[in-house]
Amino acid sequence: MSRYFEKNVAVSGVGQSKLYRKPTVYPFDLCVDACMAAIEDAGLTPADIDGVACWPAAIPHQGHGTSSASTTDIKNSLGLKLNWYASGSGPAQYASIINAIGAIAAGYCDHVLCYRAEGERWVPTYGRAFIDGSMPVAQGFQQWMLPYWAPSACNWIALHADEHMRRTGISREQMAMIPINQRRNAGLNEAAVYRDPITLDDYMLARMISSPFCLYDCDVPIDGSAAVVISRLDLARDRTRKPIRFEAVGSALHDHESWFGRMDWPNMALNDAAKMMWSRTDLTAKDVSTAHLYDGFTWLTILWMEALGLTKPGETGGFLEGGARIALDGELPLNTNGGQLSEGRLHAFSHLVEAVRQLRGEAGPRQVKKEVKVSVCGAGGGVFGSSLLLAAD
Amino acid sequence: MTDPLPRPLPAISEMNRDFWCGGADGRLHIHRCGGCGRYHHPYVAACSACLSRDVKAVPVSGRGTVKAVTVNHQPWFPAVPVPYALILVELEEQSDIRLMSNLVNAPIGTAQAGLKVKVCFQKYQDDIFIPLFEPA
Repeated sequence: MSRYFEKNVAVSGVGQSKLYRKPTVYPFDLCVDACMAAIEDAGLTPADIDGVACWPAAIPHQGHGTSSASTTDIKNSLGLKLNWYASGSGPAQYASIINAIGAIAAGYCDHVLCYRAEGERWVPTYGRAFIDGSMPVAQGFQQWMLPYWAPSACNWIALHADEHMRRTGISREQMAMIPINQRRNAGLNEAAVYRDPITLDDYMLARMISSPFCLYDCDVPIDGSAAVVISRLDLARDRTRKPIRFEAVGSALHDHESWFGRMDWPNMALNDAAKMMWSRTDLTAKDVSTAHLYDGFTWLTILWMEALGLTKPGETGGFLEGGARIALDGELPLNTNGGQLSEGRLHAFSHLVEAVRQLRGEAGPRQVKKEVKVSVCGAGGGVFGSSLLLAAD
Repeated sequence: MTDPLPRPLPAISEMNRDFWCGGADGRLHIHRCGGCGRYHHPYVAACSACLSRDVKAVPVSGRGTVKAVTVNHQPWFPAVPVPYALILVELEEQSDIRLMSNLVNAPIGTAQAGLKVKVCFQKYQDDIFIPLFEPA
């Protein structure tokens, strides 16, 4: 047995709800849709599920908001008999999965349901929370940003992007290839909320949000949910679907935990996670068939590419030029479902669902033509960073 | 003097009082290790470099360099006209002490990486002094 236990754990099932810009279904119910779909996809029933985890923590009996499905309510809706459960803390958007791998390794449980539930549209305040003239109290880490009228990660990450883009010479025209490519991919994804192609002119003429980020550099808030079932590999092999194995995970945070205080700023927590992930496998960046990288803001995808060694720092702009290399038929198909910029923001969980579909050969019209054997997923930016390397044996 | 634009104000605690209220004496206060001299922001109860427990807020020069800039165009707060510049200032004492802030007393186009700046304060309520920066 490898000393890295994630190699003995697989994704056995994936599921995703419908996604809504203007929700007509309660966000919690969408999460139940996603969870039931993932369990069925794994060839299991709720009676087989003995673990559940989500990130971030959700308030019980409140089925909307930033995290719109508590493990309490999911457990009670699905009648789960749990040997282990976790809600909240851990390394970024994949915390639930990385924690679940640990729980399976310890023998607490065999099949863990992990999900992300977004319900910020149900109460229509997202991005308009202060439009009534109120001023929030600046608390926690946001106290270093809010007093300067910087309430959005768009503002904070823009400062990183400004430094990095000046240092490396990446242009906005080159960065534009990320949203343009993803919108093209979303055209092949019926689940995506935005599917009409955009051009470089559309991008360059779009209204600026916080320079260098225009509207098309920002992901699309939606209500919806994605879920996966994580299983002991030997049990996953008994099921109908091809199990997709974890080859390595990255959960590290070594430098200062803050948005601006790292010694190696403008690098982020994700740089530590990526480095740890590669330390746990003999595979290298050259083995990656498809990449599913966090795109809350386009520049984060660029930093993930460099952190993972998919491109060299300073050469990413040239790699993106024209967009052919990151297209479905390119050398590094990127965010093949349209990503958060076009399909909608499911906080890297939809990236994981898509990676599994590509590895199984089940991505339909957007299936990458070359054989997909290894896919990488990266989640988060700023103080949040975690990554997964998935393999189809 | 006209009323300043409203800002979201910090909830003051023992972990941030020196930073947000320390400007009462016209100076910026940052935690510093009495053992090895390293600065820390925000609050620590031990020096992460030498583990000394002798760490306390001390006045610093308030001088620094603009490291990065973003111009915000999104009207998050109706009372605050857009666009406005957000800057990241690296203090001259130590390069990893970086503060987000606003550039004041200068046209928005002045906000450029490399600009030398110095701290000034805007007072709110009785005891909160928000550190802002102006060209040095």
